[in-house]
Amino acid sequence: MQWEIVIGLEIHAQLTTASKIFSGSATSFGAEPNTQASLIDLGMPGTLPVLNAQAVRNAVKFGLAIDAEIGMTNVFARKNYFYPDLPKGYQISQMDLPIVGKGFLDITLDDGTVKRVGVTRAHLEEDAGKSLHEDFQGMSGIDLNRAGTPLLEIVSEPDMRSAKEAVAYAKTIHSLVRYLGICDGNMAEGSLRCDCNVSVRPKGQAEFGTRCEIKNVNSFRFIEKAINTEVQRQIELIEDGGTVIQETRLYDPNKDETRSMRSKEEANDYRYFPDPDLLPVVIEPAFIETVRGELPELPQQKRERFQSEFGLSAYDASVLAASRELADYFEEVQRVCGDAKLAANWVMGELSSLLNKSDIEIDQSPVSASQLGGMILRIKDNTISGKIAKMVFEAMADGEGDADQIIEAKGLKQVTDSGAIEAMLDDVLAANADQVEQYRASDEAKRGKMFGFFVGQAMKASKGKANPQQVNQLLKQKLDG
Amino acid sequence: MHEKTLAGLSQALHSKAISSVELTEHYLKRIEQFDGALNSYITVTPELALEQARVADARLAAGDAGPLTGIPLAHKDLFCTQGIRTSCGSKMLDNFIAPYESTVTARLLAAGTVTLGKTNMDEFAMGSSNESSYYGAVRNPWNTEHVPGGSSGGSAAAVAARLCAAATGTDTGGSIRQPAGYTALTGLKPTYGRISRWGMIAYASSLDQAGPMARTAEDCALLLQAMAGFDERDSTSVDEPVPDYSAELNQPLSGLRIGLPKEYFASGLDTATADAIAAAVKQFQALGAEIKDISLPNAELAIPAYYIIAPAEASSNLSRFDGVRFGYRCENPADLTDLYKRSRAEGFGDEVKRRIMVGAYALSAGYYDAYYLQAQKVRRLIKNDFMAAYEQVDVILCPTSPTPAFRIGEKIDDPVSLYLTDIYTITANLAGVPGIALPAGFAGDLPIGMQLLGPYFSEARLLNVAHQYQQHTDWHTRAPAGI
Repeated sequence: MQWEIVIGLEIHAQLTTASKIFSGSATSFGAEPNTQASLIDLGMPGTLPVLNAQAVRNAVKFGLAIDAEIGMTNVFARKNYFYPDLPKGYQISQMDLPIVGKGFLDITLDDGTVKRVGVTRAHLEEDAGKSLHEDFQGMSGIDLNRAGTPLLEIVSEPDMRSAKEAVAYAKTIHSLVRYLGICDGNMAEGSLRCDCNVSVRPKGQAEFGTRCEIKNVNSFRFIEKAINTEVQRQIELIEDGGTVIQETRLYDPNKDETRSMRSKEEANDYRYFPDPDLLPVVIEPAFIETVRGELPELPQQKRERFQSEFGLSAYDASVLAASRELADYFEEVQRVCGDAKLAANWVMGELSSLLNKSDIEIDQSPVSASQLGGMILRIKDNTISGKIAKMVFEAMADGEGDADQIIEAKGLKQVTDSGAIEAMLDDVLAANADQVEQYRASDEAKRGKMFGFFVGQAMKASKGKANPQQVNQLLKQKLDG
Repeated sequence: MHEKTLAGLSQALHSKAISSVELTEHYLKRIEQFDGALNSYITVTPELALEQARVADARLAAGDAGPLTGIPLAHKDLFCTQGIRTSCGSKMLDNFIAPYESTVTARLLAAGTVTLGKTNMDEFAMGSSNESSYYGAVRNPWNTEHVPGGSSGGSAAAVAARLCAAATGTDTGGSIRQPAGYTALTGLKPTYGRISRWGMIAYASSLDQAGPMARTAEDCALLLQAMAGFDERDSTSVDEPVPDYSAELNQPLSGLRIGLPKEYFASGLDTATADAIAAAVKQFQALGAEIKDISLPNAELAIPAYYIIAPAEASSNLSRFDGVRFGYRCENPADLTDLYKRSRAEGFGDEVKRRIMVGAYALSAGYYDAYYLQAQKVRRLIKNDFMAAYEQVDVILCPTSPTPAFRIGEKIDDPVSLYLTDIYTITANLAGVPGIALPAGFAGDLPIGMQLLGPYFSEARLLNVAHQYQQHTDWHTRAPAGI
């Protein structure tokens, strides 16, 4: 049987606000346990929540960026359940009237095709604290620093049809919230967390299959693996005559399997009702227009501009626009060297592999955008060849200075004196007399293949410094007569 | 000294006829002498009170004093008072020393008042008789076989017995007005949002409102002046200017339109109470008021709506009492579920458990629409009734309760009949409008209370009307015998 996979994601983005969503406590990550927990965060009797306006602003930004309707009147509700890291015994969230209504996102798949994914809604809520189960000898510790951190829960439509699409969607959200400056996107610290709703159905069937929710997947790689593992489990289960039951599951990356957490029957009745401590938040059209005015250029707009302004391919534009920092870096390189294509090649090529190898982000790059731009200028004015440039780049990465300093210090300046190159080529041909004879005895097709050998020998002899175009041209003259 | 009203004491303090220390010592002595029989205080704070009194005397001497400076008050034990046990009348919070000060008590402290202690109350403010307190029932100073009303029964008994100059209370479904009526006090429930709820342990957040309990409307005006005002820490507090509540006390009542809601004078109303209200009506007519019959057609729906909404909010508000961070924790919990179950089963009393269960049920999936949403619609209807009535009249006059204070134990096994004692007070909470209770007579040795309800933010008008009545009657000047 042919199976179709159906995926919807719920992404929790921690909003970057200086203070918590309902209290004045700081929200920074990694502080000593319970040092960022106020009376309100502790759920002390008699304390009351006051909504952080910045959280509302951030949510509205997100809503505008996905072309969603903004909830003009939105209501906070209590989601009631008992858990030690939930101090009040309820989480303040939004149920019926969320701040962000229906919207959409266009995602670019690996093959360059664009797919539109619906966003059902996005709502504001407070994060819970953390239970710590180690180091307490049979007891549990509770850290309430995170309790009350603002979250935007972004719920997608079940529009994705493969784990790769789900990852592309998650990456698009990740990129967008960082562009908007509303979330730092740090998945390792839990700033962006993902729940994956997964079901399968026979291809062509209209109704959805029964879905399972995989909770709290915290990297793109795990999203892909968790979904594929779960899809496999469901298909095998059904093909063996079983039925999928609606439940919440956890992904275990060590065993690469999903495990049941609780079934629908065991699920809490959250007894949602409007929080009487908070009045409905009424958002004025003027506020929305102000926020709209503050929106930065968004990834999609940037992609389009990179294509139209710089003539980049759709693929290059989408890679470069994926993160705001990378896009800014690229634009600075381009500005310095005045050559968008070379800039794009270097940023996506040498620079990206350098960052990947060192596992660092673009803002920690040892080679600055102006350094890279300066080096490309030297390629353009024929001071160095592309090949030598790679050496220069490595030296810059090792902190040996700017391109000009390195070229000077290492004597890497390209040789463009025809006389010198010709003399060098004569030596090379003399040293390889047998091959020259063979070459001259061959037909055109064979000659083409052999020509590269002589070029290689010549470049080697010049230690890469000879101008490759000149080498090509002069060599051709000498060999072909 | 304790014969004087708060306003009278204020004068005596300012004229240096007495000092705040003398006054505080006097009240502390009276508490020691009489409260054993009444049980109106849960916690008395003599050292703190005397220290505050000394500071107040210094302010009075320096000419840096307001009308409340040096006045000894008692606070209902659900206002968080920093460093002082704040029990909410519950075993659950018997060990809870509040780490911060409520806005109400902070404002009163800033005005120079003295805190004598914390008063008894129905557990978590759930009750109408003060019998649900973990610290035992409070007795009515007018007749100690009878209840003082609730949930602010400790505050009512303490003020009525002259064990403080005045007290704070809270009113979720009549909890200031009903006990004020039972003990011949003047008690004001302001408009919802007039006084900050910050630091007030919540029972039902959308209904809870703090207010003063004192002997006269004039005293209530002085207290409200200090208590009222916007507070950015309470999102439901209203950013509306606070008028001078004492300024209009002496306005004449000529032309005042008073409405009598026919639904409040129907079956179930005790004859002595009905007679007392009729006499009050005559008094108001004599003062130039015009009396109109009006209707609040949905009033009969108030009790059922209240007993959905209040327990629903309470079931959620009281979830934080889980034995994890503060309050009562059971001995040797086997695991997390055991910790929750036993801490709450052992820490809460029966009435609290009853309301948590009712509330959780009303909010549960499949019942929410039928109960909670329906109750909210009723609430809207009741509000509309009031709005329509206030197009015809300025204030509404009615009894505070169908009967005077009942006997201790009389209704303890019949929650529904106990709930019905709040039938006249609950509508104001559901609509959020203000109301003032004041004494209107006696049935034997038991006081009869009446209440005046007004439109939103009409506290100054209500105080004016009550004050004018008190200028021409002497019910409020009577004191219980033997104390």
